[in-house]
Amino acid sequence: MSDAPTRRMNMIEAINSAMDVAMTRDADVVVFGEDVGFFGGVFRATAGLQQKFGKTRSFDTPITECGIIGVAVGMAAYGLRPIPEIQFADYIYPALDQLVSEAARIRYRSAGQWHMPITVRSPFGGGIFGGQTHSQSPESIFTHVSGLKTVIPSTPYDAKGLLLSAIEDNDPVLFFEPKRIYNGPFDGHYDRPVQPWAKHPASEVPEGQYTIPLGKAALVREGQDLTVITYGTMVHVGLAAVEELGVDADVIDLRTLVPLDIETIEASVKKTGRCVIIHEATRTSGFGAELAAQIQERCFYHLEAPIERVTGFDTPYPHSLEWAYFPGPVRIGMAIEKVMKD
Amino acid sequence: MNDSRGRNLPPLSLHIPEPPARPGEEADFSHIQVTPAGETPRPDSSAAAHDLRDMAFGLVRVMDDAGQAVGPWDPRLSPDALRTMLRDMALTRAFDDRMFRAQRQGKTSFYMKCTGEEAVAVAQTHALDREDMCFPSYRQQGILITRGCPLVDMMNQIYSNKGDALKGRQLPIMYSSPEYGFFTVSGNLTTQLPQAVGWAMASASKGDSRIAAAWCGEGSTAEGDFHAAMTFATVYRAPVIINVVNNQWAISSFAGFAGGEATTFAARAIGYGIAGLRVDGNDALAVYAATAWAAERARTNNGPTLIEHFTYRAEGHSTSDDPSAYRSAEEGVKWPLGDPIARLKTHLITIGEWNEDRHAAMDLELAESVKAAQKEAEKNGILGHGLHQPFETMFEDVFEEMPPHLKEQQAQMMAERMRKWPNGGQGPR
Repeated sequence: MSDAPTRRMNMIEAINSAMDVAMTRDADVVVFGEDVGFFGGVFRATAGLQQKFGKTRSFDTPITECGIIGVAVGMAAYGLRPIPEIQFADYIYPALDQLVSEAARIRYRSAGQWHMPITVRSPFGGGIFGGQTHSQSPESIFTHVSGLKTVIPSTPYDAKGLLLSAIEDNDPVLFFEPKRIYNGPFDGHYDRPVQPWAKHPASEVPEGQYTIPLGKAALVREGQDLTVITYGTMVHVGLAAVEELGVDADVIDLRTLVPLDIETIEASVKKTGRCVIIHEATRTSGFGAELAAQIQERCFYHLEAPIERVTGFDTPYPHSLEWAYFPGPVRIGMAIEKVMKD
Repeated sequence: MNDSRGRNLPPLSLHIPEPPARPGEEADFSHIQVTPAGETPRPDSSAAAHDLRDMAFGLVRVMDDAGQAVGPWDPRLSPDALRTMLRDMALTRAFDDRMFRAQRQGKTSFYMKCTGEEAVAVAQTHALDREDMCFPSYRQQGILITRGCPLVDMMNQIYSNKGDALKGRQLPIMYSSPEYGFFTVSGNLTTQLPQAVGWAMASASKGDSRIAAAWCGEGSTAEGDFHAAMTFATVYRAPVIINVVNNQWAISSFAGFAGGEATTFAARAIGYGIAGLRVDGNDALAVYAATAWAAERARTNNGPTLIEHFTYRAEGHSTSDDPSAYRSAEEGVKWPLGDPIARLKTHLITIGEWNEDRHAAMDLELAESVKAAQKEAEKNGILGHGLHQPFETMFEDVFEEMPPHLKEQQAQMMAERMRKWPNGGQGPR
């Protein structure tokens, strides 16, 4: 691993590299979606793949998400390993039936006669002035569905390793890409200059094949007094908040929501006795509610304070008031103060 | 009264479609134009879609009222092939009758017959290659029967018993069989159409020779999936046959609620630039010929075909349905296109290759073989009587490998069983 050649990559480049590696290794891997082929995707994640692997391996599709996922199911039934892209997670709803009732259920309903090795890639989350149709975080809609895995990376290194695992997985995976950090990590201070990935150690990415197992969280900061659980963009916002407040905290990057690495969470919360959960998605029935429930089931007698959730508000994602909506340093700070009070 | 622009117009009115006849009323099929057999021309299967527009409004028919096969669509099948087709249709009907009765006897929860529509699945399967992939809806049991799937296997699924390959997980008749090229049936309508197109695209991209076929009802052409499938099919010229089985009724909603008052379902193809054929779905020879035409078109890279099979759902939607509550009881007898089995039988008799005695003997033999299969299947158990699948199998096949949260829930369920039945937790045997 240490001898493998590496290269500085931002998250887009790392995701592109993962598909490049997978398509090179396996002729059954195909990528498709709106603007994915010749142009290489509106975020450039599939740039160069059509030129390298040909038009039948990387191609543009009609604007019908239902069709994109429905066709992916049929291709998987044939024996291909499709990677459909849904251009924005906000557009995924027309594909819900094909994901929830079909892709997620076909292994079960056919008792294993067919399986669905589909990786649905989709940029998600806000902080880019995308308004309510280019900013949503719908992950908990999918974590609620039996038969789907949900993966969310927070660095270029993780993005490539997790995406390669997702592609190799024989079950359908929702791979949500935090588009706010495609080009650089984000500390939550929208008024400060953007930092490029190049300064971050996790931008050193092997050029070849490697995987990060699904279902394993990463302890990205070790501390004694508080457990911060988060994923995606909010890993960086949470880390920055902890440093700024000078709290000695464990920060857990879930990386995979389903299957959940509850052991890492349990060990940390039992150690610190205090827990803050951060996600950008709306609050009610968000994934934080599931985490809080599971933590109290396992760690109730170790808790020194009620678990706090820091989330987006239960409103549509507003355009001009984006930074008032976003769960930034102030909201996180208030939650940490509250949980650390006694 | 004049409106704000000074126009004197009657007020707007909303059109709610209404079928020609309701219970107690005389069945009325006067709106159906029955094209005489042999009249509809047969274009070349490589013809451009825009040259085929009239096909979407015609009706491909081969067997005339006298039982002769006439016209350019006559597939000229051998008497042996015709008799096999007749037999597969009769077996499908015998199977339906037996399984319907089994449901009424409380041996399973649910059943769906395809009475009156046997020609669609059976004749089409005869026209397809054995290796072609089928993405059926819930009324194409004729595919499995024609491809020789053992009836016992199908019955095991219907009973959700020990022999059920699907481990008792699916509603009866939602078969699944890779071996017989029959994709797992979904209860969510028309999801199988874009899937069939995806399979066909994969086959084409791999330089394979196999094509895909999918079926949905006229009612569910209203689903978005239908239009997604048509769009993908035309864009990539996918080697796929999309079949719309227009049996006039979607549970209690007549075809008018899917747009059937305004145009034909075959005409849906025109807007997509896809070849569209409208076929007498009760004429097995027409169904065979149209399918063979579409299969040749697909296999020669000339793209997809939409076939509307014009037929009639002679019985209820399912065992849970009572059609006498919403349609005229006379419809079945007045249906202008007759019964598909009776028509093929008449044809075979007319050409001197069949007779009433042989038919009666065949029916008897088929009924006996279905009965024997049922006896065999019931050795594996019937629904609701005894435990057919170990409880822990509930958690298998959600994922390839069982993740920790499912293992935990599986343990919880087993603890519940142990509390209820302390002797091993498996309950009364």
